[in-house]
Formats: sequence, C-alpha cells, structure tokens
Amino acid sequence: MSTSDYDPACLPDLLPLYYRRLFPFSQYYRWLSYGGVSKNYFQNREFSFTLKDDIYVRYQSFTTQNELEKEMQKMVPYKIDIGAVYSHRPSQHNAVKSGTFQALEKELVFDIDMTDYDDVRRCCSAADICSKCWTLMTIAIRILDRALREDFGFHHLLWVYSGRRGVHCWVCDDAARKLSVAARSAVAEYLSLVKGGEETVRKVVLSDPIHPFINHSLSVVERYFQQYAIVDQDILGSKESVDKVLAVLPEDIKKDLAVSFKDEKDPMKRWNLLCDLVLRKKSNSKKGGQYFDKEIMLQYCYPRLDVNVSKGVNHLLKSPFSVHPKTGRISVPIDLKELDTFDPFEVPTISLICEELEKPRAEEAEEDDMKDKENEQEAGERRRIRDYKRTSLAKYVKVFDRFLEAMARSRKGEMLKKSDLQKDF
Amino acid sequence: MQFPGRRKKVIGSSQNDLYDHCLQFYGQPPLENISLTEFETFAVERLKLLKSVENIGVSYVKNSEQYVKKLDAEFSSLNFPLRTELGDRRVQGGTSEYEKRRKDHISHFILRLAYCQTEDLRRWFIQQEMDLFRYRFGELTSKHKTDFLHKNNLKYETVSAEEKKSLKDKLITSSYGLSGITVEEYDFYKVPFQDALDLVRTRKVYLLAGNAYIPHHEIVTIVLNDFRTRLSKALAMTARSLPAVQSDERLQPLLSHLSHAYVGQDYSIQKNMGKISLEQIDALSGKSFPLCMRHLHKALRENHHLRHGGRMQYGLFLKGIGLTLDQALQFWRSEFVKGKVDADKFDKAYAYSVRHMFGKEGKRTDYTPYSCMKVILSNPPSQGDYHGCPFRHSDPELLKQKLQNYKVSPSGINQILELVKGMHYQLACQKYFELTHNVRMLFILACSNWACFCQLRDSPAKSFTEPAIVFTSAISLKSYRILICEVLYSALRFINPLIHSVCSKYRSFLTIYEQHG
Repeated sequence: MSTSDYDPACLPDLLPLYYRRLFPFSQYYRWLSYGGVSKNYFQNREFSFTLKDDIYVRYQSFTTQNELEKEMQKMVPYKIDIGAVYSHRPSQHNAVKSGTFQALEKELVFDIDMTDYDDVRRCCSAADICSKCWTLMTIAIRILDRALREDFGFHHLLWVYSGRRGVHCWVCDDAARKLSVAARSAVAEYLSLVKGGEETVRKVVLSDPIHPFINHSLSVVERYFQQYAIVDQDILGSKESVDKVLAVLPEDIKKDLAVSFKDEKDPMKRWNLLCDLVLRKKSNSKKGGQYFDKEIMLQYCYPRLDVNVSKGVNHLLKSPFSVHPKTGRISVPIDLKELDTFDPFEVPTISLICEELEKPRAEEAEEDDMKDKENEQEAGERRRIRDYKRTSLAKYVKVFDRFLEAMARSRKGEMLKKSDLQKDF
Repeated sequence: MQFPGRRKKVIGSSQNDLYDHCLQFYGQPPLENISLTEFETFAVERLKLLKSVENIGVSYVKNSEQYVKKLDAEFSSLNFPLRTELGDRRVQGGTSEYEKRRKDHISHFILRLAYCQTEDLRRWFIQQEMDLFRYRFGELTSKHKTDFLHKNNLKYETVSAEEKKSLKDKLITSSYGLSGITVEEYDFYKVPFQDALDLVRTRKVYLLAGNAYIPHHEIVTIVLNDFRTRLSKALAMTARSLPAVQSDERLQPLLSHLSHAYVGQDYSIQKNMGKISLEQIDALSGKSFPLCMRHLHKALRENHHLRHGGRMQYGLFLKGIGLTLDQALQFWRSEFVKGKVDADKFDKAYAYSVRHMFGKEGKRTDYTPYSCMKVILSNPPSQGDYHGCPFRHSDPELLKQKLQNYKVSPSGINQILELVKGMHYQLACQKYFELTHNVRMLFILACSNWACFCQLRDSPAKSFTEPAIVFTSAISLKSYRILICEVLYSALRFINPLIHSVCSKYRSFLTIYEQHG
C-alpha cells in the first residue's frame, strides 16, 4: 500500500524533512529559469505560500535557488502556488509606483477538476475519485495534449496530478508564456465543448460542419466510451440514469427508445439501439447533421475545463511537487507514455516517501557519505539526489528531468538557428 | 493581390490623399486647426453615433439585415461617410463625402481624449468603435477590402496550392459555407493563431501547428483584432498625455461632460447606502429582484454557498442596492456558516473578497455592479454555477418551468420565450418585470439591472394601474408634469444615462433634476 496511512496531523513533522531532503530544488529552479535567456525571469516570479493555520502569503519571490531553498525550509509551506513573472520583484511590489507593477508572462495552464463532472459520474461525487471515473482524466489528457500540440503548435507540456481529484497542464513554450489574456481565453474556449450549468440539460450541441478538432476529440472519446460509460458507469442501466441520458434527446427519439428499452435490458445493446435510431433519423431528416449519439458521448466524457484558470496571466496555480494537505499526495508529473496505467492511488504520499527515506541504506551510500564530508556545498545537493532516488518519488522526478531536457534541447536549437542566420549576413 | 489598374479621381489638393479610403485605422491624428464649435459638434455627433451603435447592437443581432439598415439610417442622419467613392465635390444639399470623412477622422480623435481615462471608459469606447468598424468594413466591396489591407500593411502569407489540396477536407469542415471548389478558388491566408483570436475562440477556422488558415472573406475578424490592439495601445498613450490637454480651459469642461454624462458609471452608490435591512432581502428577492439575482439568492439560501462567479455578481448587486460593508459581511457569513464553512474559515477565506468588492482591499477599486451586457456576454456559468443571465444561459424548457413557478401567465411566458429565441435577453428581462409588476416600461436598455428594479419598488409607479397613460402617449408634458417627474425621477435617476438618447422628450427634465441632486 503506498498511502502508508497518511495523517494530516503529521504534516508539521514531515514537511521539514521533505523540504530538506526530497524536494527537487535544482530541477525546479532549472525549470523556472528557462535557461536564463530572459534576465531576472526567476527573480521576478511570484510564489504564494499557505502556511500552518491557513495563513496565506502572496508576492513571495527569491533571487537564487539557495534563497528559495532556505526560505521554504524556514517557512515550511503547506501549499505552494506559482504565479506570474512580473515587471519587478514581487517581494518589492509595494515599493513600485502603482500601475507599473504588472504581470508580464506566465505558462498557459489548464485545470481539470473531477467535481466538474459530478452531473455525469455515478460512482463518486465531490472530492472523491475512484479507478472508474479516473478514465475521465485519461480522456481529458489525451484530447487536450493532442490539440495543444497539433493544433496550437506547442511542444513543452507538463501534465501534473493535482494530488486529489484532478490534473493540471503547464504549457511552457516561449510563445505560450507570452500569450495575452485574450489569447488564453480564446484557446480555452476553442477547447471547450461542454457548456452550461445546472440549468442546461443538453450541454453539447453539434452542427454541420463538424470541425476537425471535434472529430479528433470524438475518436479519442470513442476509444474509451464503451468500457467507461456503458460498462463502468452503467449509464444505461438504471432507470434514473437512463432518463438522464434520454433527457438530451428530442421527443420522438426519446419515446421510441423508452419503448424499446422496456424489452431490451442489456446496456450495450441499448446503446446500439440508440445509435441506430439516431442514424436512421439523420438520413431521414432534411436538416441533416443530427449527432445526438456523439453529443451524448461528449457530454459524458469530454474534458471540462475552468476557463477562468487559464485566462488570467496572474492566476496562481498549485505547484508541481507540492504536497496536497488533505491527501498527503505529492503533485507529481504524469508520464504520458504510461498514461493508461497511471493510478492516482499509487502516487506516493509524503508519509510514504519520508518512511522510505529512513530505511537502512546500501553499502555504496556510505562511501558517498564520505566523499560528501569533503565538499559540503555540493554534498547537500548530491545527498538530496541520492535521497529521492531511494524513494518512490524517483520515477516522477525522472519524468520531470526528461521534460527539462527537451526544453533545453529546443532552446539550443533556437540559438543555433539564430546564430546561423546571423552568420549568413 | 492586384492593385487596381486605374487610379481613383484625385481632386488636386494633397489633403485628399489622407481621405482616399472611406475607412481608416485612425493611425495618424489630424493636424489642422478647427474651431471650438466644430470641435464640440463633431464630438457630440460621433458620440450619438456610438450610442446608436450600442443601442442597435442590443436590440438586433449584429450584422443582420435590420441591424445594417438601422445603422445606415443613423449614418446618413448624422452625416458620417457612407459611400466608398470620394466622388467629386458635388454637394447634394449636405456635406460632401470628403467632409464626412474628415469629420469621421477628427471626431474619433476627440473622443479618444474623453474616453481614455479609465478602464471602463476605454472598454466601452473600444467596443463601440469596433462594432462600428466591423459594420463599415463589412459594407466594403472585396476590392476595397484588399485595398484597405494593403494600405495598412497587413500582409499575411497565402497558403500554397499544394498545401491547400492536402488540407482540403479539413479546410472545408472548419469554416461554414466552403466547398471543394471554393477552397481551390479562394485565397487562404496562414495567420498565427494569436492574430485570429475571434475565429479561434469560436472554432470557425482550421488550426495547424499554431497557424490559422483563414479564407479571404473572413479576413475582417483579423483586421478587427488588429484594430482593437492598435486602439487599445493608442488610448493608453493618450491617457498619459492627457494632463496637458486637460489644462486647456476651453476643452476641459467639454471632455469631462462627454465622458461623464454619457457613460458615467455613476450610480451614486453612496446615496443608496444603508437603505435596506437584511431582513428585507428574502421578501425583496421574490418581489423586486431581477430574475438573475432572485435565482442567485435562492441558490445561496438552499446551498448555503455560492461559487466565485455567483458571489461577485450577487455581492456587487447587493452593494448596489444599498447594503453596507458590515451588512454584507453579516449576510454572507450567516449564510455560509449554515453550510460547510465555519466562522473562522469564512473570515479567512471569504471575508477578504467581500471587503475587496467594497474597495477596502488590494488596489481599492470601488467596483460597480455588473451591467447586463457584462452578465450576458462574459463568464458563462458551468456546472455548479448559478450566475449569468437566466434568459441567456438557461435551457428554454427550464426557464419556462421557473417562470411558471413564479406565476407568470402562459401568454407572458410565450412572449418571453420568443424574445429569448431572438436573443433579446434584456427585453425578455424587461418583459418578466412588467408581467410581475403590472407596469409598462419603455425605456430599459443596456442598463444595470439592480438600479431600475430597486428604485421602482419604491416608486409610486407601483400603485399605478393605468400606466399606459403615463408612459406611452405623447402627452403634453405640462399636464402630467408632476406625475411624470416623480415616477421617472426615482426610476431614472440611477439608470445609465444612456437612456437620455431614447427618452429625448424627458431629457430637459432630467437635466434639471440632476442639477438639483
């Protein structure tokens, strides 16, 4: 069991250990410096901390990796959020003339939260998740990752498990960080298909022509729909959920299906009946372009994102590798190559990794300790690297490393291109 | 793109080159001297034009036939340039085309001075100028559109024939009204997606590797985007150099009158403060609140919670109708505490944002309640939200049920649903109010919901059973002066002075009353 019985009351003891020996500061700093291409990029970044007793502090900023480490070890934040890169050091924002202190850049971010699907999942509600509804996150990640890469041309995406009930996406390309509020909101709306709140019954409306983006997304949904919706969620099983599904259909189809469902109880067959009926209606209809079956699939499976999170340049979002105080789980990067086997319940908790840290060490480790005594400064880092490698956190830091390397490679490529161009002249 | 073979008729004077296209980006400010009278007239007429643009945009679907017709009429009556050819100096009993373009140019820059000062003013100005531009660009012929693009250095890369062929199916399905043939024939432009946000947002364009593939006829959206960016930057710059202008005694009163009188978001909130007690809210929500607020209030009472969008919309409304900060804090705390939030958590997490709304935190902006336009157009509600405009954001079926629960007559409900179908959400809201209050109202347009509803509950109009006489007939003002003044004054005092342009008859009254506070 990887939870190792996490108890929130232990946080005050576990967090200092985590920040001293496990938090991957050098990779974190490497990420947020973006190769040092822009001056003061790291120094002007806002962090916000939630400390013990819910004390919330904004406009934290740090000049070096060392300062970041020291401050975090001193303040021991329960929650860490990352904000925007400002025009001046956030910690000095009061000293700046009002109006000139502005948020300049930030990664384009997306937040998919399981509670937004409460009206279409039957296994859980609110903050709960289970393996049955986790498929929704898998679908969301596949659809959004494809769209952001292929349609928008972004390359550097970091998907992170939020620690409890959702996932975040950090789009770190240069162009993404420079996007305006209007551009971010346009991207988020392009990616939104499910619209409406409590008051809307039919949340997805498709009409001809169907945009290629919708078609791509549908093909992803179709791959998972039968197992997820018909079998796991059993949306065509009980009367209550059948009624909900049928509620989005027009009267005539609804009536016909209600009749046929009296005789046919098998959910898979019921779904096929529905699709057949819709297809028949479509070929008969003069209007054409009636896609009720596809609309149902999308309403039950398509990603629901909160546009407001993505819109704001100064919006603060939970940092990767921070701890979720309620579950104890670390916000770890998700390896898309293993997406279908990702299990949120296998994500290590802070209590687990701290426990793993305390386990007796191998022989080689003792030798390294000797080397460390000779050079204190690097020793700290080396020790930390060895430390997390002994815990379940290791594989997730590797994912993060790969992500950072890809960004470094692409930066190098850009610089070569630029210098080549200059040589030509 | 071929430049036109023959040159347009040039009328000698070099000034004409300035105005050789009927449409412009307003890149260069006018350099001539003009009289104060002309200054004032131009400004006021353009303002009237922009007001009409706003009004017509609320009453009709933008760029529909009726919309275009109405705007055409406004244009002619206010003497703004309509024809695409400069023509000769033939003056048909009015101003020449050249003079109209000059007025267009100068009046735009004057209004920039008046509308650059605050975020709200700028937003309003940019919105109307954009709608205006979109309408005028839409009226141009294809050739003139291309001319315009070239004159203004908007050179976007055209898509090669091979690429078009390989993407043909995708291109056809991404834009409405394209077929295999049109894709081959028309030019497509490859534009970085950041320059085509309106098309991206509504998914009306094909995107690949960060580029939007735009058919020739959609280019207006791109141009609009560019227009907005330029205007926004220009306004920011104008604001910085404004102190110099304002020091000129001749201009200062005119400029402040222009921006204050017509888009003044001055709902005199202070005058409203403390006139409501918390106990009254439940009753008022049923009797006098607009539907959106009634909905929010009910959700709050039932769930003991509201999400951020709902807290903002409802919270600012309550402030607008007169709740003090202390009352607001008490109100929200008492409700949230009944739910999952304990008093401590409320004070830590939610109290801050209530104080923020009242301008006591952060950059201390005293936020005004949301206007209907804002509620309808921005931040649509999603799962778990209760904010927004019920006429815009609710399923018609659910809306109908709700209205039935609120005892609106069946014929009334039908009228409302018709209006909703035609996207006239504010008119639907007005209708709802009329039906539940037995009052006829002519004049609620583009205004803030809370103001009119709140004031009318206090007004004597409530007891009027024959409103037709008072409001609709072109009566001799002298006879009904007292009645009208009482009713209208309390109703209109807090309504966006935009109404002035509609109730021209009552304008003189209102000026008098405003001066007397």
